[in-house]
Amino acid sequence: MDPQEYQQIEQQITPPTPYLKNALKAFLVGGIICAIGQAITFLYIIFFDFTDITAGNATVATMVFISMILTGLGLYRKLGAFAGAGSAVPVTGFGNAVVSAAIEGKTEGFVLGVGGNMFKLAGSVILFGVGSAFFIALIKLILVSMGVLEW
Amino acid sequence: MFVFYSFLIAFIVGGLICVVGQLIMDVGKLTPGHTLVILVVAGAILDGLGFYEPLIDFAGAGATVPITSFGNSLTHGALAEAEKHGWVGVLTGMFEVTSSGISAAIVFGFIAALIFKPKGKAN
Amino acid sequence: MVILFSSKPSIIACGAVAGPVENKSVFYSYFDSVSEDERWGQKTNEQGHSKMIQEACDIVMKKADLKNLDVDFFLSGDLVNQMTPTNFAARELAISFIGLFSACATSVSSVIIASLLTEVGASQFAIAGAASQHNAIERQFRYPIDYGAQKPATAQWTVTAAGYALIGKHDPALPSVVAATVGKVVDYGEVSPFHMGGAMAPAAYDTITSHLKKRHQKITDYDLIMTGDLGKIGLKILKAMFAQTDAKQEELEVFRDAGAEFYGEDEAFQSGASGAGCSASVYFSYIEQQMKTGRYKRVLLVATGALLSPMSFQQGETIPCTAHAIEITME
Repeated sequence: MDPQEYQQIEQQITPPTPYLKNALKAFLVGGIICAIGQAITFLYIIFFDFTDITAGNATVATMVFISMILTGLGLYRKLGAFAGAGSAVPVTGFGNAVVSAAIEGKTEGFVLGVGGNMFKLAGSVILFGVGSAFFIALIKLILVSMGVLEW
Repeated sequence: MFVFYSFLIAFIVGGLICVVGQLIMDVGKLTPGHTLVILVVAGAILDGLGFYEPLIDFAGAGATVPITSFGNSLTHGALAEAEKHGWVGVLTGMFEVTSSGISAAIVFGFIAALIFKPKGKAN
Repeated sequence: MVILFSSKPSIIACGAVAGPVENKSVFYSYFDSVSEDERWGQKTNEQGHSKMIQEACDIVMKKADLKNLDVDFFLSGDLVNQMTPTNFAARELAISFIGLFSACATSVSSVIIASLLTEVGASQFAIAGAASQHNAIERQFRYPIDYGAQKPATAQWTVTAAGYALIGKHDPALPSVVAATVGKVVDYGEVSPFHMGGAMAPAAYDTITSHLKKRHQKITDYDLIMTGDLGKIGLKILKAMFAQTDAKQEELEVFRDAGAEFYGEDEAFQSGASGAGCSASVYFSYIEQQMKTGRYKRVLLVATGALLSPMSFQQGETIPCTAHAIEITME
């Protein structure tokens, strides 16, 4: 049987990706996580006298803390299996990626295992985040010094 | 009323950003790693164009909670310092304003490794 | 390539051990021992993996009333880098050891080698089989255990299980190996590690058709053709491939797959089970027992394996696969 014939059979039988269902699940879970974040932001502003900006930072840190607990208890896995991008895209997903890799690396010790493996999944986010920020700021700086743009 | 409205907007905007991520994974057939990288860079570019801060004003946590906000914070910090201190500011600014998210992930990752053991049971 | 065993080495005893999640398996009652602890009391997953292998081999030797000294060869492999769990188990077993890597097809490739050693008279007793431990393997091949990744319907769950068989001289009262086909590597361009069934089905098809042709047999000469871990979707694909070449419905009924049936209809396991321990634990418990009760007289066990590594995937390579087959009869 040649590969083309095989591809046809395989495609016929393989269940198609449920695009709509996945998008809906991502929307719901992602939306709820952000709504929870909004609640936390309000709490910080009302009860702790934070400003809008500092409340935003505190919210992100709090959500990472929550994802640490959920990851450690094995619950974030189940959420992720259901929600896909709905749980991977919020910062809680970033926290989950770092924390899960850190916990798993424990068997190789804290230096090589935890430290060496912690950024297995999240490292590229940090790299590209920093890299793109650098280039964008640099480009704007150049354009401003050329007089094309203003700050 | 304002409170309810802001929850709703946070929910919708946050949800939509996640849908974009889901489509990148399902239609683009990319891994979660690739998807998050694309979104972070998108956040950075949007801030470079001046669009992300207004989005935060509009959507609150709907814009600060998704990973796109990392890109935004990093770029925002770099731009603010670049304005004040030129090209040195580009480097120093990035981590000044940023990523309470990244620091939190590092610290809590370490703490989690101290307390938890990985589990393997089925869903 | 087909090998004929004129001396018909027999499967003298079997041992199958599984982990806590496997108490959900439909084959649970056939296993010799199921642990509540996925690490068998050890500190790391890899050490637990090794302990599980030892336990399965100890069970095999006990059933045959043999000591480690009496066994001539230990043939085994697993999916962890450099097969260290098997290597450490081999150290404890202190039996002459040949490590084999055929991914999830190791359960059968090890029996083929053991049968050859028996056939030429080099071995009186050889233990052959394979094992897998979920955590150790997922960590290596996919994501950290606690990471929230979404898996498609074609994904399979790596079992925590070990299956070993003691191969020795022919005994008419026991299931015996009469022929084997060593598979070629077949690659039809599948790239996703979450669609192993689709990657491996062509290899199974190639090995089965090759075996039938060289042995001048038809599908219906067999009571059962059981593949290792194509999963529910992979098995459907395999059957469709045979249907394409005009196999009739009653012929397709002969096909079963250990991975597809392992966890029953539980959707949490998507397309089913996989892992070197999947085929091994089912073949060397359930199948052996079914043959001894006379339900199956002639079976073809076709273990399938995906020969990729995490790096080959990152480098954009496709997934080459293989399938090895042994023909076992019961008089």
